Amino acid sequence: MKKKFKCEIDCANCAAKVEEAVKKLEGVNDAKVNFLTQKFTLDADDGRFEDILQQAIAVGKKIEPDFSVAL
Amino acid sequence: MSRKQKKELCKIVAALFLFAFLMLSEKMGMFPSAFGNPWVNFLLYLCPYLLCGLPVLRKAFLGMRNRQPFDESFLMFVATVGAFATGENSEAVAVMVFYQVGEWFQSYAVGKSRKSISDLMNIVPDTANVERENGEVEEVDPEEVRIGDVLRVLPGEKIPVDGIVISGKSMIDTAALTGESVPRAAREGTELVSGCINGEGMLRIRALKEFQDSTVSRILELVENASENKSKTENFITRFARWYTPVVVFCALALAIVPSLVTGNPGVWIYRACTFLVISCPCALVISIPLAFFGGIGASSRKGILVKGSNYLELMSDVHMLVSDKTGTLTEGSFRVSEIIPAEGVPEDALLCLAAKAEEASLHPIAKSIREAWEAFCARGADEADGKYCAGRTDETFGISLGESRNIPGQGVVSVLAGEGLEKIISSDSQYQNSERQKTNPEVKQGGFVFLLGNEELLRSYGVPFEESEHEGKIVYAACLAGSGRPSYLGAILIGDRVKPHAMEALREMKRAGVKETVMLSGDREEYAKAVGRELEMDRVYAGLLPQDKVSKVEELIEELESASNDSGGTVGNAYGNRDQSSDGELCSDGTNRKAVGNGGFPQGDESEELLDKISRCLFRAAVLFNRRSRGRLCFLGDGVNDAPVLSRADVGIAMGSLGSDAAIEAADIVVMDDDLMKIPVLVRIARRTVGIAKQNIVFALFTKLLILCLGAFGFANMWLAVFADVGVAVLCILNSMRLLRG
Repeated sequence: MKKKFKCEIDCANCAAKVEEAVKKLEGVNDAKVNFLTQKFTLDADDGRFEDILQQAIAVGKKIEPDFSVAL
Repeated sequence: MSRKQKKELCKIVAALFLFAFLMLSEKMGMFPSAFGNPWVNFLLYLCPYLLCGLPVLRKAFLGMRNRQPFDESFLMFVATVGAFATGENSEAVAVMVFYQVGEWFQSYAVGKSRKSISDLMNIVPDTANVERENGEVEEVDPEEVRIGDVLRVLPGEKIPVDGIVISGKSMIDTAALTGESVPRAAREGTELVSGCINGEGMLRIRALKEFQDSTVSRILELVENASENKSKTENFITRFARWYTPVVVFCALALAIVPSLVTGNPGVWIYRACTFLVISCPCALVISIPLAFFGGIGASSRKGILVKGSNYLELMSDVHMLVSDKTGTLTEGSFRVSEIIPAEGVPEDALLCLAAKAEEASLHPIAKSIREAWEAFCARGADEADGKYCAGRTDETFGISLGESRNIPGQGVVSVLAGEGLEKIISSDSQYQNSERQKTNPEVKQGGFVFLLGNEELLRSYGVPFEESEHEGKIVYAACLAGSGRPSYLGAILIGDRVKPHAMEALREMKRAGVKETVMLSGDREEYAKAVGRELEMDRVYAGLLPQDKVSKVEELIEELESASNDSGGTVGNAYGNRDQSSDGELCSDGTNRKAVGNGGFPQGDESEELLDKISRCLFRAAVLFNRRSRGRLCFLGDGVNDAPVLSRADVGIAMGSLGSDAAIEAADIVVMDDDLMKIPVLVRIARRTVGIAKQNIVFALFTKLLILCLGAFGFANMWLAVFADVGVAVLCILNSMRLLRG
């Protein structure tokens, strides 16, 4: 399942870092953090999507405290 | 300005005031006892430093904890700590405060350009008014509209989903989607595209698509995804930043340690190293390059051109060859009868009338054009009494009726016509007087005969003696099969296709915008295609191509471009092999960095030579990237109807007139929403401007930084100049990028 969220991210570099970290999570097929459009796209396993989403947000926050996702 | 930005701004302004107050009082010698004590002095300056610099410090620590230490926060942290350590307290604060000013400005500028782009794309309807069965109107979210629902669109509202008008009349403003300022008329039966704005009248429409499949959603998705398809320049910058920061950090380290060992004056060299670090921040490039492309994409969408990615914009700036489909792209794709050439003894009007009758049931555009010509002829006949034909011809004049009709694909129609008028038409030709005719040809019924209408193949297969016309254009031949089986030729009808009104102008503009060669591909006969090509001053015309031929033709042309570039300017490219592979492959890949890190960041002897070699190779590649004589790009222009394979094979595929056509939007790299050819030169210009601005930024930022880096290393540049090299350059680059949004 692929879903797009509005997110807040401060710089292009931060976005790339968060993206990389989220991609490494288990069950994540693909992730994108777009700084210019401020969009977070998560493509993850259907069954555990919510779970993975929460994990992804947590990981993102750990790397970039300014990262937040509007659900 | 967001809430966060306001908060940041307050902090920065407060820090700035505090800092100014401290500096003034120190310089004026107001509290000599306090400023005289190094510790008190340090603590005093620490206040404004922490006030605005805390987030930077936090980020630097987070980066180190997450083992991704090399970013600008880290650079700032090291530089300011170094400045404090050497007792340059005021400069440490200045660096942090101005760095934050720059950061704030960046976020403001990006936010602003993001907003101006989303305003451009402000086509999303907020609500939809659904008419329920009991006649009540309910306001719902557009996403809740189902196919078949009847919607009311009030004056001034956006059309929520793609639909068809059931009742009402209005003018529709499509500017947001097509950039076209003249509104389109809508009445019963008109198909409407979501996102357009309704004019004066109220419309009732039936939903044809759900919201997520409607044009508006598709376009938004496309534009949002566009910045994810990164251009080569952007990728280059990303890679560049990845190895640049570590290299700079180790250079600074070397600058701090080596000379101080030699000269024994560590304070000076540590200060210089810090200056060096501040200057080297890559943020100007990292942010302004994507911003330029984002702006270019935004500027195009305002003109009704959807670019699916920065990479296509970049390719578009380098288009050498414009290959275009003919029918429907350069020409209007609607046919009309241009000339009637009857055989001897056959009246012109009779031929047209027969043809119109024979094609009565056909939906083919050519059939339609013949019928239209006959209708026009009838209408005109009433006005013109020029003696040649009787005035006021109508369908009934010849009393013809259509019997059976059979369509032969790729050839034409064979139909049985009947009517007493027929005798009159063909009486001039004695062949038809053969009384035996009904008996010998089974297809011929009482009082009728077989009428052939189609291309030369059809006539040949029936053995009709005729002369192939030398005329340009599509030719439809007519013949009749009389009873004797001896067919006779009745004449030919020429079908023409009009060239689009702005085609000529657009092609000239394209040449002026830097396109070197224009090529036309067509499935039509050679003479006709050539004639259109001449009319439009195309450099080359390839005719008689089937859709699959077009793909191979485009491949051939791409190869041609490749060999042309090898011949002329291949020296740089050849020296480093195929540019596409080499520059992509290892622009100083991570391996280089790790080696340097593993060596304690203090490369010596062979190692350092190797590192230098790698750096110089990287720089050389950067130069190649700039001066590359890569092959010119080929751009294919089609209407997206049946040229999807060609669209995807070309370097850049542009689909024209695709408003509402999903297939075209899917297949093309760039979608022009209406069929205005003048958009293409506009697009080339925007592309060139975008890439130009991106390159200006790269050159300007790198050059300024390099210059001040050198000055800093030799002690000619202090922290203040360093802050300018960082923040000032970033701000200037961003401003430069933002020019695209205005134009």
